[in-house]
Amino acid sequence: MDELNALFGGFAVALSAYHIMLMVIGITLGVVIGVLPGLGGANGVAILLPLTFSMPPTSAIILLTSIYWGALFGGAITSILFNIPGEPWSVATTFDGHPMAQNGKADEALVGAFTASFVGAIFAVCLITFLAPVVAKFALKFGPAEFFAVQFLTFASFIGMGRGSAFKTVASMCLGFALASVGLDGVTGTLRMTFGQDELLNGFKFLVAVIGLFGVGEILCSMEDGLKFNGATAKLRMDAVIRTWKQLPKMWLTFLRSCIVGCWMGITPGGATPASFMGYGIAKRLSKNGPNFGKGELEGVVAPETAAHAAGTAALLPMLTLGIPGSPTAAVLLGGLLIWGLQPGPLLFVEQPDFVWGLIASMYLGNVVGLVMVLTCVPAFAAILRVPFSIIAPAIVFICAIGAFTVNNAMFDVWMMLIFGVLGYLFNKLRYPLPPLVLALVLGDQAESSFRQAMLVSQGDVSIFWSNWLCGSIMTLGLVMAFWPTLQTLRAKLTSSGPVARAA
Amino acid sequence: MIRRGVSKARTIAAALAASACLTAPALAQGWEPTKPVTLIIPAGTGGGADQMARFIQGLVQKHNLMKQPLIVINKSGGAGAEGFLEMKASANDPHKIAITLSNLFTTPLGTGSPFGWKDMKPVAMLALDQFVLWVNTEAPQKTAKDYVEAVKAGADRQFKMGGTGSKQEDQILTAAVEQQTGGKKFTYVPYAGGGQVAVQLVGKHVDSTVNNPIEAVAQWRAGQLRPLCIFDAKRSTYTAKVTEKEAWSDIPTCKESGLPVEYQMLRGIFTTKNATPAQVNFYVDLMKKVMATPEWHEFMEKGAFNQTFMSGPDYEKWVANADTQHADLMKNAGFLATQ
Amino acid sequence: MDTNDEAEGRALFSYRTLDIAVALFFLVVCAIVVTDSLRLGIAWKPNEGPQPGLFPFYIVVAMGIASLVNLAQALPHTEDGAKTATTVPGIKRMAAIFVPAVVFVFATNYIGIYVSAAIYIGAFMVFFGKFPLWKAAAVSLGIAIVNFMMFEVWFLVPLPKGPLEAALGY
Repeated sequence: MDELNALFGGFAVALSAYHIMLMVIGITLGVVIGVLPGLGGANGVAILLPLTFSMPPTSAIILLTSIYWGALFGGAITSILFNIPGEPWSVATTFDGHPMAQNGKADEALVGAFTASFVGAIFAVCLITFLAPVVAKFALKFGPAEFFAVQFLTFASFIGMGRGSAFKTVASMCLGFALASVGLDGVTGTLRMTFGQDELLNGFKFLVAVIGLFGVGEILCSMEDGLKFNGATAKLRMDAVIRTWKQLPKMWLTFLRSCIVGCWMGITPGGATPASFMGYGIAKRLSKNGPNFGKGELEGVVAPETAAHAAGTAALLPMLTLGIPGSPTAAVLLGGLLIWGLQPGPLLFVEQPDFVWGLIASMYLGNVVGLVMVLTCVPAFAAILRVPFSIIAPAIVFICAIGAFTVNNAMFDVWMMLIFGVLGYLFNKLRYPLPPLVLALVLGDQAESSFRQAMLVSQGDVSIFWSNWLCGSIMTLGLVMAFWPTLQTLRAKLTSSGPVARAA
Repeated sequence: MIRRGVSKARTIAAALAASACLTAPALAQGWEPTKPVTLIIPAGTGGGADQMARFIQGLVQKHNLMKQPLIVINKSGGAGAEGFLEMKASANDPHKIAITLSNLFTTPLGTGSPFGWKDMKPVAMLALDQFVLWVNTEAPQKTAKDYVEAVKAGADRQFKMGGTGSKQEDQILTAAVEQQTGGKKFTYVPYAGGGQVAVQLVGKHVDSTVNNPIEAVAQWRAGQLRPLCIFDAKRSTYTAKVTEKEAWSDIPTCKESGLPVEYQMLRGIFTTKNATPAQVNFYVDLMKKVMATPEWHEFMEKGAFNQTFMSGPDYEKWVANADTQHADLMKNAGFLATQ
Repeated sequence: MDTNDEAEGRALFSYRTLDIAVALFFLVVCAIVVTDSLRLGIAWKPNEGPQPGLFPFYIVVAMGIASLVNLAQALPHTEDGAKTATTVPGIKRMAAIFVPAVVFVFATNYIGIYVSAAIYIGAFMVFFGKFPLWKAAAVSLGIAIVNFMMFEVWFLVPLPKGPLEAALGY
């Protein structure tokens, strides 16, 4: 096994007191970045980049990727405690993580999220270690039609999940699509729905909508009920880690599914955000506990976190082997590689084996160090809930405002955040589901441009989506997923020969 | 309070300046930034402009070329309109500079966004970015001539050209190539970024691209892509071997291979409109210092940039020229906004 | 707890009123998007596939139809619809955080986000948390300063600043 030898060589490089120290610094910084919606991984990496010029490239990349791991871990914290996703990929974590916190199980949710992140990352690193060349070739098969197929599958695995009125779900999802279409249309280069307003040029950014709908909306709901957060009074016990870990082994199938989904989405490169949604959607569909999702089910935290972290890790593979960054953070890392004189691309593994294997070894170590660090801090994180509401509520509004502002450096977005907050409150009250809206907003324009690129390639012929086995099977799987609820009701109706139930 | 802050800043500044002297001669200057300078990139992360801007940021900090930090912000909304409109709106703030690509000329024409290069003050041209016609190594065409013949012989829209964005430099260049293909059009497929375009060509989802050298060099070295010709008047001056057999200078010009098309893209720096000559000079000097570093030369060579430096009236004239040239190209290709 | 709230507070809006209002909001959005889609063109071109307006157009048509159904379902007076959605005290409590938030965002334009936030947090603590003034001042200033250090000094992320920061040299 050449890979194993190379990997041990890598461990020899990565495992030194100096490098462990760099990991601790990087992860601490990363967690801070992940917690604050106003700071992205790209900020942290960009700020530290100049500091790393005096280091050897391997040490530098260890420091910088540690920030990346920290940010992936940290995104879950505010999602669970306050319903505010610090990073886009932790939106799906709020669906069950926040209800758990409200039920007084914030510590379990945190432990579950961190452990799941770790499992996802390690799975993805193993994949990179042994399958990098094969996997890199697989990514090349993805053209516009295949991208659309993957995005379609993401929607399909998520559709029909909401309880309540189907028409409200449709309205909510379509609103997400409509908001996503604002701004420049990438395929024809024309401006849509901007009505001559400069503020609208950039469209409605996902993070602004999410901070408003979830964060501010949640504050309004809490205020209406009285000056407190639910679950704030829960007792803090120190055995959270053991208590949670006991529950995890029986979710092995969910872990495995989310790992596969995450790696797939990270490599293709679909990204961590769609991966988290898809992981959640599939778990809800296939797990025994599925019907309880959304009420505070540990499995509903584990599924999206595993997928997001697997995707975030796997996304480094196309960056190293193909030179395409999977995320803004990866883009800045790419810039760093260039300054150190390393050219990412197909030859990096051949020309710079020390660097590549040192990096891969540091992925294992970085995640271990990260897990230990965040787990020891769980009681501290959970204790934030005990801060008096009259301090935390305005502080959250302040942090949310910073987050909204930094997306485009525009006050306009802060106003939009407040408006989305009111919408979030109303939607909550009237049972319009939010997840379809958010998913449509994050994937809407990507899916539309992939579809139209595919149409350009095929000269307007829709059969391109079934033109090869890869694309065709993803699309077919998507259709099955989309009509799953209908199929199930159909089967139920066929088996029960009684009078047909009236549609609600 | 105020005084103490300033004097502290001075001490730090003096320390930094002392170290800066080691690498670049301190020039007598009338103006210095008094707060962090923002470098606006009117394009997304990971593209050519973004790479160059972040590289400059790295060099400025590594060599302490400026006392205040340089902050890099991507403002890519509306094909870069967002970034340029911000420059226009902050005409009185000399602490903002922007790096440009061709969308300075094409976006106002293509989208009708209300700005132009005259809303900013030109500082310096850093380099001209080349365009190369690439095909997959497995494609049967070995030269640009073969490729043009194949397009001529094929059905209309049979050949697919991948590029970055819509109605921007890649599509303009495609339109210019179409003038030479006997009425046969390409199917132009727009993608979000240059790196993605190169990978799409490796995966054979398109037939050719006009990627900038830096966007496709890795795939060229790995033997996945083949350069057919460079859209410049002369061959590149970089003679060091990039792949095992070839150097940038071995790529023929498109003109000599029977495809008389030339196009290059400005990589230049602008500041805000009401900047004083002293302020413009500061940035010109800063860029000169950046360009004097060895890393910059390496970067230029890696990306096969055409190293042309201009500032002052020369640069302004060049920009004005490029502006009218783009207006013609856009008009001929039918890319003007319909409003 | 719900019953307590209802008992203590006067009903303000019923679910029916809110449902109708939100459905109408959707229809307004629908009308706006349809106008611009028609300008952009909603045809399916032979060689290029859909024009830029096609997707938004059909998406909001679907949204419009769904909203009309929602509206139709909300209109009849039903027992569910007549239930109280918000009460006067509930709205008052929400206004207690939301109205100051609007003032805070508005003030950010003039005095910068940090000063504005310090006042917002401090005032909220004093009026609603019944904290003594010195505690409120300490906490609110602390939060503002920590964020200032984090964003402006360490991470170099420029946020809106006012005269105070300018006087300090930022």
